[in-house]
Amino acid sequence: MQIVLKGITLVNPAQNINEAKDLLIKDGVIEKVGDILEEELKESKVYDFSGKYCVPGLYDMHVHLREPGKEHAETVETGCDSAAAGGFTGVAAMPNTSPCTDSAEVIRFIIEKAKDHLVDVNPIGAVTVGRKGEALAPIAEMVEAGAVGFSDDGTVVKTAAVLRSALEYSSMYDAPIIEHCEDESLAGGAMNESFVSTQLGLPSIPTVAEDLIVMRDIIMTEYAGGRVHIAHISSKQSVEFVREAKKKGIKVTAEVTPHHFTLTDECCKTYDPNFKMNPPLRSKEDVDAMIEGLKDGTIDCIASDHAPHASEDKEVEFVYSPNGIIGLETQLGLAVSELLHKKHLTFEQLVEKLSINPRKILNLPVPKFEAGEKANLTIIDTDVVWTADKSEFKSISKNSPFDKRLMTGKSLATINNNKMFFEGEFREI
Amino acid sequence: MPLTSKHLLGLHGVPREDIQMILDTATTFREVLDRPIKKVPTLKGKTIVNLFFENSTRTRISFELAQKRLTADTINFSTSTSATKKGETFKDTVRNIEAMKVDMIVVRHQSAGVPQFLTRISDANIINAGDGRHEHPTQALLDMYSIREKLGKLEGLKVCIVGDVAHSRVALSNIYGLQAMGAQVSVCGPATLIPWQIEKLGVKVYHNIDKAIKESDVLNVLRIQLERDAGVSIPSTREYHKYFGVTKKRIDNFNKDILILHPGPINRGVEITSEVADGPYQVILNQVTNGVAVRMSVLYLLGTMNTNNLR
Ligand SMILES: [Zn+2]
Repeated sequence: MQIVLKGITLVNPAQNINEAKDLLIKDGVIEKVGDILEEELKESKVYDFSGKYCVPGLYDMHVHLREPGKEHAETVETGCDSAAAGGFTGVAAMPNTSPCTDSAEVIRFIIEKAKDHLVDVNPIGAVTVGRKGEALAPIAEMVEAGAVGFSDDGTVVKTAAVLRSALEYSSMYDAPIIEHCEDESLAGGAMNESFVSTQLGLPSIPTVAEDLIVMRDIIMTEYAGGRVHIAHISSKQSVEFVREAKKKGIKVTAEVTPHHFTLTDECCKTYDPNFKMNPPLRSKEDVDAMIEGLKDGTIDCIASDHAPHASEDKEVEFVYSPNGIIGLETQLGLAVSELLHKKHLTFEQLVEKLSINPRKILNLPVPKFEAGEKANLTIIDTDVVWTADKSEFKSISKNSPFDKRLMTGKSLATINNNKMFFEGEFREI
Repeated sequence: MPLTSKHLLGLHGVPREDIQMILDTATTFREVLDRPIKKVPTLKGKTIVNLFFENSTRTRISFELAQKRLTADTINFSTSTSATKKGETFKDTVRNIEAMKVDMIVVRHQSAGVPQFLTRISDANIINAGDGRHEHPTQALLDMYSIREKLGKLEGLKVCIVGDVAHSRVALSNIYGLQAMGAQVSVCGPATLIPWQIEKLGVKVYHNIDKAIKESDVLNVLRIQLERDAGVSIPSTREYHKYFGVTKKRIDNFNKDILILHPGPINRGVEITSEVADGPYQVILNQVTNGVAVRMSVLYLLGTMNTNNLR
């Protein structure tokens, strides 16, 4: 079958492309870029996306798919549905599953579950067995099975000694160690430590809990080699540490979530558990530092930390509520509203942060707009104004603080693996 | 004139007029408590649930007595009988209780924010009887009542809250309430027991108890929790007592009248000596009686404020 995407502007900073050209796609492969003939149009199903952008499929490198273990909150399939609806054609699945993704078997299980989907799933393996921070997990076997990075996310790699081993060992495969940076002795609070936490009487986590580990990891990476990727960076000081480390040429990269560049700890004043996450929402100063870090390239990419929780688990007392929110279906809208329209980032920079850089960090090929390449793309309308509605989310879970939020910018369609998600449903192309 | 809110979640943002009204109404009920028949029919036909997810015998008894004196129907629900232990969610528990057509819920919980959470899932009037280390408004109201009873005013007084301010639910409520009434509030304790940036509330911070005693009219002495965080915050209760304990000798040094409050239960010999706790400056036992009057006042004002709430 063949389709034509008409009226689009192709934007791919990886190829240095920003031009209005139509795409002819046949059996999921790009047949032709521009100059499409009348007769080719007649033989194709034509999608008119006049005035919209076509970019390499968006990629979210920090997603919790909950399978195996918590299929009542999300499955590989529903998580992928949510990704496709949000404009993403690929996600990296974090390993805090049950059983833990610390073996080639579980890596293969996840890949098998995702194999017929539009969305590519690249599993992240645990750094240590059971994410316990003691013995290294079988990193080489997991790489062979398809793991693209390693993380004990949910918790930090507990000791400097194990981190050193992990960096050295994973450097043989150029796989990043993705760190949830939080000093354990300062962890356990329900929100950011600030004047607000004092007012709310909630146990708190100071920003230094993050800063200490970011610094530890930078120092260790410089010493031991390998690559470290700072997951969900949230503190101003941590951004400064990464900025300085990059200047020195240390191999460190960083991601930020939309909630950390959009919301502050003031939101906790409602005691709504949908504002509880880890790292917690920080101060206005930290939020500004996230945007600054995105602008000057200190922060390489945007990732959702999509963390589904069933309502019976999440909608409880604030202190007892599990950390995290879903984010795949609001991420692009927030990025476009808060970063593009507020003129912090150009559209090209946005595409880098949401598609190109996360793939580079994980050593995945960046989709290209060229004849013979697989069609892996997202169609974006940067001007459509819409209201997030959790009842329409594809995710099983509804734990979003952005429900009813007005946003500008949305994905209209995603295409990958010879499939298309358009107007709320999947279709073969 | 009714109160400005149908709930008492805390004293943050509660206007002076409301506090004034609660304290004045409590004075009336305080007189009732001295009568041979200590009961009024004010809340007859109202159902009140005491929802205690955390054990606190004295607060619960005080509320229960206040409810009985007002002729309300009372149901007690505490964690020992709670369904939450059987895996029922907090929300389901509350909805089940709501289905029993209750008019008011008095709630105590170890997690801050639970009273706010309840207002979203219940139509009843919610009264916070202590949430985490957040607020405990009726305790602060009875503290203020006791100060006013003894000193005749609140305006212009210097009140120092001494001890484990960081883990206290009484401190914030006292700060908000006293400030609304025109008092100057300070806190005193080791730096590890003072909450982050509390001075932003307009509160002076002392790390020297003698200076605090010297400059205050009232000390509200908080309990030092022996079991708290195994020595990370303070080296020992012995050392705490040595440097922060309220003793007769320390007070006598300044040869002045100072009023001593303690929300109880007292750790004698730690935050306060028996000499002071039982001495001439304390109003600790008055606090207990006043507590019933203040809670009657709160229940009455909330329970009768809106006839639409009558079921
Ligand atoms: Zn994490």
